[in-house]
Amino acid sequence: MTRMDRTPGTFDCRKAFAETMEELARADERIVVVVNDSVGSSNLTGFRAAFPDRTINVGIAEQNMVGVGAGLANGARIPFVSAASCFLSGRALEQVKADVAYSGYNVKLVGQSSGVAYGELGATHHSIEDFAWLRALDPLTVIAPADPWETEAALRWAAAHEGPVYLRLSRMKVPDLGPDADGRRRFEPGRARVMRRGDDVAILALGTTVHLAMEAAEALAAQGTGARVLSVHTLSPLDEAAVLAAAQETGALVTAEEALVRGGLGGAVAELTSAHRPVPLERVGFDGFQKTGPVDWLFREAGLTGAGIAEAARRAMRRRDG
Amino acid sequence: MTPLANEDPRLDLIRDRAAWMRRRALRMVNRSKLGHIGGDFSATDILATLYFGVLRYDPAEPRAPGRDRFVMSKGHASGVLYTALAAAGYFPEDWLDSYMAPGSLLNGHPNRMYLPGVEANTGPLGHGFPIAVGIAIAGQLSGDGYRTYVLTGDGEQQEGSNWEAAMTASHRGLANLTLIVDRNGLQQGDLTEDTVSLEPLDARYRAFGWEVTEVDGHDPAELLSVLGAPVGARTRPLCVIARTVKGKGVSFMENRAKWHHGVPSEAEYEAAMAELGG
Repeated sequence: MTRMDRTPGTFDCRKAFAETMEELARADERIVVVVNDSVGSSNLTGFRAAFPDRTINVGIAEQNMVGVGAGLANGARIPFVSAASCFLSGRALEQVKADVAYSGYNVKLVGQSSGVAYGELGATHHSIEDFAWLRALDPLTVIAPADPWETEAALRWAAAHEGPVYLRLSRMKVPDLGPDADGRRRFEPGRARVMRRGDDVAILALGTTVHLAMEAAEALAAQGTGARVLSVHTLSPLDEAAVLAAAQETGALVTAEEALVRGGLGGAVAELTSAHRPVPLERVGFDGFQKTGPVDWLFREAGLTGAGIAEAARRAMRRRDG
Repeated sequence: MTPLANEDPRLDLIRDRAAWMRRRALRMVNRSKLGHIGGDFSATDILATLYFGVLRYDPAEPRAPGRDRFVMSKGHASGVLYTALAAAGYFPEDWLDSYMAPGSLLNGHPNRMYLPGVEANTGPLGHGFPIAVGIAIAGQLSGDGYRTYVLTGDGEQQEGSNWEAAMTASHRGLANLTLIVDRNGLQQGDLTEDTVSLEPLDARYRAFGWEVTEVDGHDPAELLSVLGAPVGARTRPLCVIARTVKGKGVSFMENRAKWHHGVPSEAEYEAAMAELGG
């Protein structure tokens, strides 16, 4: 088990997913789940027990799984298609593109155990390309919640929203981030949450890296540096106003993501700021296929730690002040 | 053609609509200099039978929950689908003249967001069948009683996703689902059997737990009797292998791979139109 799993007071967001799904399904009979032999790995055992007819297991057949999801949406159901994100986003990419995003079907894709959660299983089972692939599919809303509260809020929003959504979940334990810098818990799709104020540097993170960004900000504060932290839970559509405001007001940006830095959040922020507000940007994440190893080791190797992200912030500030 | 005594009165309309659809699809291809006329013609009688003899739909309410669904998995034959939808009243006939024109709603492959009556944005092969399985599962869950029909090409059966869908459909006993295979024997480059053979296609579907029937895919009477038959006591999904001729109706186009996406010259257009009674 990883270091993160042993951290006291942390949560596996799959629990929030499972509980919220059951609650949503009780309230709305249109909701069904579609899985690829992934009932257990999606934490949907309870859901299946409560709603056996509404648990559609197509077996190990991801292309079919996503197509069936689109067909269920055609038949006025609200399908949550839940599978390991490496297979959902990779094996079924053309179905996600054509059957869901391009067709505008009201399908919710739920990528489980994303990023490098399957550390030792190697790069076939890592899902670090999904941000780049799925961000390219314009009508698809791409969300990576950072803690159980964001997970529940994102699920509730997705269930009520008419349109295709990709929710990228993790099985890594993360702390409850608590309210934002205004003391509020408010989830708006496409609107980044300001988790910490600061005008010296801004750290943009999403999913499992937001709490690491908060750790980095603590470390930087101890040295007198005010780091702004944004939970950019919605990767697409990106909160362009919040990103450009961070660039304008701090002049030094860091992105941190459990994904390839090419094409993911780092890519998105680079595209936006280079066009509208060029500032030094340090992108922390993975640079290619990863070796086998436990999750915390893979994170450390990539600099995805509080200290690593703080160091990236210092680099960005040095480049700004250069 | 005058209906024979004892003949189903729908057949006259089906034949009339099929003849019109062929002429209209040819005109579209001639106008745009693009399209897949060979596959349009092999599927014409199947679509005419479905839209004018089998499917229950209301073009004024194209997304009515209880409608029968037709999924055109061989999306490259959009020409014949568009003629059927126009003839069925989903949109004005003159829209057909914009087929594949820049910015047209009549895309080279169908788009449900642009055109009423389209159920799925197909084009890449092997997509429509899984979608139809999902629609049929939704129908099974709701008990709405609608039927779902999906048409694939025969070369399209080489896509593995079809066989994933076939397994799911039989496992779930989707008797409300009918797969029609447009078995014209030709794919884009060659005969299916000289590319990657599909035969024995009927035995393969039986082995996958389907009920299988073969029909003459250009005989509306045979198509109507099979596609229009009630589900009855059947508990398995139905695979209808429709024996067809690519380019059917125009002698020099029939059974020639060239007409998969060939565009006729003016002289060929005139000759083809004359054969189609236009």
